[in-house]
Amino acid sequence: MPAVGRSVSRKDGIGKATGRTRYADDIALPGMLFGRTIRSTIAHGTVRSVRPAFDTAGFTIVDHRDITGRNVVALIDDDQPFLVERTVRHMAEPILLLAHENKEALLAAKVEIEYDVAEPLFDPEQSTQSFKDITIVKGDVDAAFARADVIVEGTYRTGHQEHVYIETNGVIAVPEDDGITVYGSLQCPFYALKALKSLFGADAKLRVVQTETGGGFGGKEEYPSMIAGHAALLAHKSGRPVKIIYDRVEDMVATTKRHPSIVRHRTGLTRDGKLVAMDVNVLLDGGAYSTLSGVVLSRGCIHAAGPYRCDDIRIVGRAMMTNTPPNGAFRGFGAPQTEFAVEVHMERIAETLDMDSVTLREINALKPGDRTATGQLLREDASALQVLEEAVRRTDFRRKRETLRGTGKGIGLSLFLHGAGFTGAGEERLKSKARLDLTESGVRILVASTEIGQGTRTMHAQIVADALDIPYESVEVAQPDTALVADSGPTVASRTCMIVGKILERCAIEMKRTLGTMSPAEYYGAKGPLSVTMEHVPPDWIRWNDDTYQGDAYPTYAWGCDVVELELDPDTYEVRPTHVTVVQEFGRPIHPALAQGQIEGGTVQGLGYALLERVVMQDGAMANSTLTNYTIPTTLDTPEMDIVMLENHYDGGPFGAKGLGELPMDGPAPAVVNALRHLGLDLREIPALPETLLSCASR
Amino acid sequence: MRFTLNGAPTDVGAHPMKRLLDVLREECGLTGTKEGCGEGECGACTVLIDGAPVCSCLVPFAQAENATVVTIEGLGDDHALQRCFMDEVGAQCGICTPGMIMAAYVLAPDASLDDIKVGLAGNLCRCTGYSAIYRAVQKART
Repeated sequence: MPAVGRSVSRKDGIGKATGRTRYADDIALPGMLFGRTIRSTIAHGTVRSVRPAFDTAGFTIVDHRDITGRNVVALIDDDQPFLVERTVRHMAEPILLLAHENKEALLAAKVEIEYDVAEPLFDPEQSTQSFKDITIVKGDVDAAFARADVIVEGTYRTGHQEHVYIETNGVIAVPEDDGITVYGSLQCPFYALKALKSLFGADAKLRVVQTETGGGFGGKEEYPSMIAGHAALLAHKSGRPVKIIYDRVEDMVATTKRHPSIVRHRTGLTRDGKLVAMDVNVLLDGGAYSTLSGVVLSRGCIHAAGPYRCDDIRIVGRAMMTNTPPNGAFRGFGAPQTEFAVEVHMERIAETLDMDSVTLREINALKPGDRTATGQLLREDASALQVLEEAVRRTDFRRKRETLRGTGKGIGLSLFLHGAGFTGAGEERLKSKARLDLTESGVRILVASTEIGQGTRTMHAQIVADALDIPYESVEVAQPDTALVADSGPTVASRTCMIVGKILERCAIEMKRTLGTMSPAEYYGAKGPLSVTMEHVPPDWIRWNDDTYQGDAYPTYAWGCDVVELELDPDTYEVRPTHVTVVQEFGRPIHPALAQGQIEGGTVQGLGYALLERVVMQDGAMANSTLTNYTIPTTLDTPEMDIVMLENHYDGGPFGAKGLGELPMDGPAPAVVNALRHLGLDLREIPALPETLLSCASR
Repeated sequence: MRFTLNGAPTDVGAHPMKRLLDVLREECGLTGTKEGCGEGECGACTVLIDGAPVCSCLVPFAQAENATVVTIEGLGDDHALQRCFMDEVGAQCGICTPGMIMAAYVLAPDASLDDIKVGLAGNLCRCTGYSAIYRAVQKART
């Protein structure tokens, strides 16, 4: 029986449910020290002096002078140091590292740091330093406005969002084999390896092994490279294993968050609702170092026109420096911000035109044969209208819009898309590889793609099993270890199934050709080991120009439509979502239960983003850095969900699958805000906290 | 200090103000109980004391004296809740799972969906959106 399309048992086995699975903090090694990071307490300035105000006996102390290679967390633009040398650019920036075998002694150690304080910059609109500027031009937007009957303008804002993986960041660095091995909770072992190589120099023997990871959502994409470097520096100096585990407060204050955004729309339409001109301005708050802001901005801009057809579009984006901890990858990677803006804007356009907002979307939704803002020609797997019609039908949307009026209940909708895989030429540059080895009883997958809860191991094993025509149970998956596995690239960008899964499928097909009529066990017995490594091959029709931002931004897109029904308490302005309908097309589900889990989990993260999750920044640092004061949805905040998975196969993905991980994050926030608009609240920002809604109502 | 841990009489010489969570993980080697926040909000450290679910990060070891403590390890390896959490994908990253299962373990046999939601309201999961957890708990009861 084929494994693909069935909800087979997870490869994680029962370890997670019995507590036997070991995460970073569950590992203790002989002679191990605990590490701690001493951080800046100012947002901007220079360090004048650093003085340990404790008995240093038994401590290992590391500062920037202990770095033998480059003091930079190598990623894209290489501007973020592992340890401050002189200039402090944000609160909680690492300055000094301590290690000790006793946790209490470590936490009791006081370090006195004197600064020359400089004026910090917190407002991205006031910033003059841009990490990245992007302009996407299609047609002639200025000329097109002359043909518009109606012009609608609006500004939309989104706040920071904290990942709240329930396992905080943690790594253990171990001096072994004349080098350093870092074991850690992370999404991208080869990112950490690259950063370590830069830190210690090319000749150092370095290795990164992913430990079981208790959630990531983008939050363990780039920042673990920093922690890996810190632990490795302490391990190198002390000659002993060093474990660094962040507590929740440190994790929230120091590590990355979703970029806050301000998106401005100016849109021209004909009287009957056809889009004729879209002028969009995207501004992201990048924080103090560039890290991933440029690529987050890129994805954000490419998604800024939403799933709509328009011949004349201009999208201008900037990611600005501020003296706040760098913002980074978070599920959706810029698209939730810009799709929030365009979907709330579409609702306001419908209001202005006095038109049904579903009809407005039907008129303008992208179809096969249409071209996106970057000029990409959409193929047969463009499903905006299909997901829209199914969501409208299932929810009886148009009738409910009428019957709910005046009841204190609202219903709202969002239509969205998400590009799968790296943006533009990213996949071509990455040249990801996957490896498949024969074993005595089957095969073993060796890729860098990490299991962070989403089901990587299981889904990859299903693909390989069916491509080789062997039982799912005979496929093993190696733990990502940079000394062992092929570099299949980072576990990000909804690429693990569509891109890496496809390379594995090709490995399996190649292996099957070699095996001929023999089973893996027969071949292994007769001829011994066999290993197949293949490299990603982008579809031959892909064209992308990084200078003009024109071409095929992604190999394909997944599509979604969310309908949120909610109630508003007229006294407290508390919002209670009562039902959410989610219709998504992402090629096909390899594992329906895992796919449903991605959709349900991502949708609830989106509801939290819309309604609950506010990062309060004070003097450049998160002031509400606890789970008491930064609230994510509990069972009681989570409505019933109706999940529908439509199929529209994509030839370039394994068994027709596209990417799914990020798509569910894009839709909930605009659907919530559009449901509140249905209740008469002119809201243009999230989170929609009661105090925000009250000020909306009194406007 | 003496207490009963997963059915066995146990004597641990830890400081009475040490968090029960740390005693379990560091002194008893039971790392199935996880720390998510250290302030009783996330429920990842849920264990049972005399049959009641508590956040072990908030409980000083002194309060466990002469009590009966059950951790995820006390459920063995083949409890219906454990199987159903894996089969229904009620566990994704798995870090909240032991605490979630301990909270579900004490739900009444006839608990409705609303009862399950209330019973698990002190346990945060960031991966699943909870629906698969309800399916797992409901399936384990049948």
